[in-house]
Amino acid sequence: MKRTGAQIIWEVLVREGVDVVFGYPGGAIMPAYDTILGYPIRHVLVRHEQGAAHMADGYARASGKVGVAIATSGPGATNLVTGIATAMLDSSPIVCITGQVPSKLLGTDAFQETDITGVTLPITKHNYLVTEVQDIAPAIREAFYIARSGRPGPVLVDITKDAQQASMDFEPPKGEVRLPGYRPSQQAIQTEIEKAIELIDEAERPLILAGQGIVRAEATRELLSFVEKAGIPVACTLLGLGGFPATHPLSLGMMGMHGEAWVNNAIQEADLLIALGMRFDDRVTGNLKTYAVKAKKIHVEIDRSEINKNVKVDVGLVGDVRDTLLSLIPGCKQRNRSEWIERISLLKGDSAVRDIQQLPYHDKLYAAHVLHDLWRLTDGKALVVTDVGQHQMWEAQYYKHDYPRKLITSGGLGTMGFALPAAIGARFAKADDEIWVVVGDGGFQMTACELSTCAQEGIKVHVAIINNGYLGMVRQWQEFFYNRRYSATPMRSPDFVKLAEAHGLTGIRVTKREEIAGAVERARATPGTVVVDFRVEQEDSVYPMVPAGADLNDMIRRPSPIVETGEDP
Amino acid sequence: MDRPILRTFIAYVEDRPGVLNRVASLFRRRAYNIESLSVGRTHIAGISRLTLVLEADEDGARRLEANLYKLVNTLWVRDVTHTASVARDLALIKVKANATTRAQVLQLCEVFRARTVDVAPEALTIEITGTGDKIEGLLDVLRPFGIIEMVRTGMIVMTRGAEEAEARFDSIPARSADSGAA
Ligand SMILES: Cc1cc2nc3c(=O)[nH]c(=O)nc-3n(C[C@H](O)[C@H](O)[C@H](O)COP(=O)(O)OP(=O)(O)OC[C@H]3O[C@@H](n4cnc5c(N)ncnc54)[C@H](O)[C@@H]3O)c2cc1C
Ligand SMILES: Cc1ncc(C[n+]2csc(CCOP(=O)(O)OP(=O)(O)O)c2C)c(N)n1
Ligand SMILES: [Mg+2]
Repeated sequence: MKRTGAQIIWEVLVREGVDVVFGYPGGAIMPAYDTILGYPIRHVLVRHEQGAAHMADGYARASGKVGVAIATSGPGATNLVTGIATAMLDSSPIVCITGQVPSKLLGTDAFQETDITGVTLPITKHNYLVTEVQDIAPAIREAFYIARSGRPGPVLVDITKDAQQASMDFEPPKGEVRLPGYRPSQQAIQTEIEKAIELIDEAERPLILAGQGIVRAEATRELLSFVEKAGIPVACTLLGLGGFPATHPLSLGMMGMHGEAWVNNAIQEADLLIALGMRFDDRVTGNLKTYAVKAKKIHVEIDRSEINKNVKVDVGLVGDVRDTLLSLIPGCKQRNRSEWIERISLLKGDSAVRDIQQLPYHDKLYAAHVLHDLWRLTDGKALVVTDVGQHQMWEAQYYKHDYPRKLITSGGLGTMGFALPAAIGARFAKADDEIWVVVGDGGFQMTACELSTCAQEGIKVHVAIINNGYLGMVRQWQEFFYNRRYSATPMRSPDFVKLAEAHGLTGIRVTKREEIAGAVERARATPGTVVVDFRVEQEDSVYPMVPAGADLNDMIRRPSPIVETGEDP
Repeated sequence: MDRPILRTFIAYVEDRPGVLNRVASLFRRRAYNIESLSVGRTHIAGISRLTLVLEADEDGARRLEANLYKLVNTLWVRDVTHTASVARDLALIKVKANATTRAQVLQLCEVFRARTVDVAPEALTIEITGTGDKIEGLLDVLRPFGIIEMVRTGMIVMTRGAEEAEARFDSIPARSADSGAA
């Protein structure tokens, strides 16, 4: 059958199982926009291409499938860049398709020409510049295969306008994609597995560090079996939250810069760390020289280049974490390690009284209240998409995630403005989930234009703005490390309730804790996207905090005077 | 503790537009300091071979290999640092030489088994092939005469004996028929 390049794009996408794409048109991609109307693919018109990339990312993280973003050449393509870099650092599978100037004009500084394959070289897993119609289908198929296999990541396919316009006899490609040098999957070596089992059986104070790899590998069940057999407590990275149920008795909570104090202390006391699909980010380890020096380390990783990158390990198991767990479980001994678990409870006891939940309630609305109550009111079952800043950390601490793929957040790049568009993308993956966006007053304004997308597309998400009148996380650093000089962090915002209303959406303002439940109730009952403006304490800080580069057990703790009066909320 | 040493790697990559750029970008991004990098075709169509010399410790070397493999166009990588091999670098050196000094320069070239490839009234152009040390040696003795210009290809390396490099390489699967993308 005769097909134009522009048609072939959609032919291939449909065969890859794509039913929604997020994009924005422009000159160089117009042929593709013209032909999409003939295919069963929903196009979501974003308000800024950054949003398209985040939506594809949110869709991918919620579904485990590849998300797709479309943009034109030049400014359209460069607007994707932040979203692509975000997906790269968190290993999220997305495919971006961009239009490019006609091939004859390449390299001439033509109108809206940007060398986007050059620009995105270091922030994509791979990318393609396609100038011939017959190369379109293979490039897009390879892009999907590369994006989702091995360690997932973003792939960009840049297609010149003349390649989209040319036609050819098109036979839908069949069979597996094969790339000669690409080896996405490997199996851990048996002798290494045996070494790991020996270390696990011998350890008296072992700890599991569960990362996003658990979520990606769909390995929650295998992790549970392993934990319950070997009797080893589990700490999660930010991106690993939900990979292991937070309410499980052996779950300790988050590790790292804003992790629970008892978790960081336990890491420093452990004699064995079993890292599962996590990459020892510097927000996780603090000072590498003093990090878990008493512990032997086992690292299970799909990406060989992560082994020994930040932390030297005793055993590196390269392979999918689910497969690897399945090899470890039968070999390791049944144990309960009650002494170690008691020791951790002791560490915990000291910290628990500092919990802000224990604060007596003095008419003040704390972000922690909002997130704790939201957790309760949604039975811990909502899909929460967070932005970047203090609210992101409070969410991680107070919303207990029991299920994988229920927390979506930008961890590695820490991209403000991520949450709202990512949640829109997630909505297309999870039609029935209750979705809550938890976002700061600063970050919300970076991509608030996507409220308009929600309105046009009839999308329902709940937006909880944790409004503290500051770029709070930066203000906190200024408070701790820059003598309280609040340079460029106080932020005046528009009336968010009116902003929602201007979009034809609903806005609710909450200033007291007793209003939270009512607002949540109302948001749920209202059709369409609802914005809830939570006016919280302005100068609260996230505790504990390991200053950047400090020893992991050297934490800034919540000042005690407020704390001693512990009492149930 | 193992210390960083100069290491030599051979890598086969697909001969496609931009591949060298990907390799170079990887080294820049991961902050590797390249001593020498040379690229050329192989006897197999569509496949190029890189020789790479850089400083790294044992862990760094393993990670470098792993990072190279992350490039989709990389076919095969080998660290030949500790393998018996032939290493060659080629330099063209233009050195000042007039009627009075020419004979002296030519004599030195002979000692180093370098060839004269161009003669001008005030200069000689010399070609020398060998290891880096040998080339440095010649440069040292030519410097007093005045070096006008120099260019080097960078190190190329081949392991000795009837090595398995190419044989192993045969086991690399072909691209699927429909995967002819740029
Ligand atoms: C303001 C702020 C504060 C932060 N504070 C903290 C903090 O206190 N604590 C914290 O933990 N993080 C924190 N982060 C996030 C941190 O920067 C990192 O993003 C996070 O720690 C990374 O988690 P990860 O290693 O699990 O996930 P990733 O970075 O996604 O790494 C996952 C690893 O698993 C591997 N993998 C993927 N799939 C598989 C598979 N199938 N099998 C095996 N392996 C696989 C990947 O190759 C990768 O190496 C913070 C971020 C921000 C913005
Ligand atoms: C795009 C981008 N710019 C700047 C930063 C640096 N930064 C990290 S947190 C933060 C403050 C966020 O403020 P807000 O969205 O109000 O959230 P809060 O910390 O107050 O909860 C800033 C500016 C960033 N992470 N991303
Ligand atoms: Mg704020």
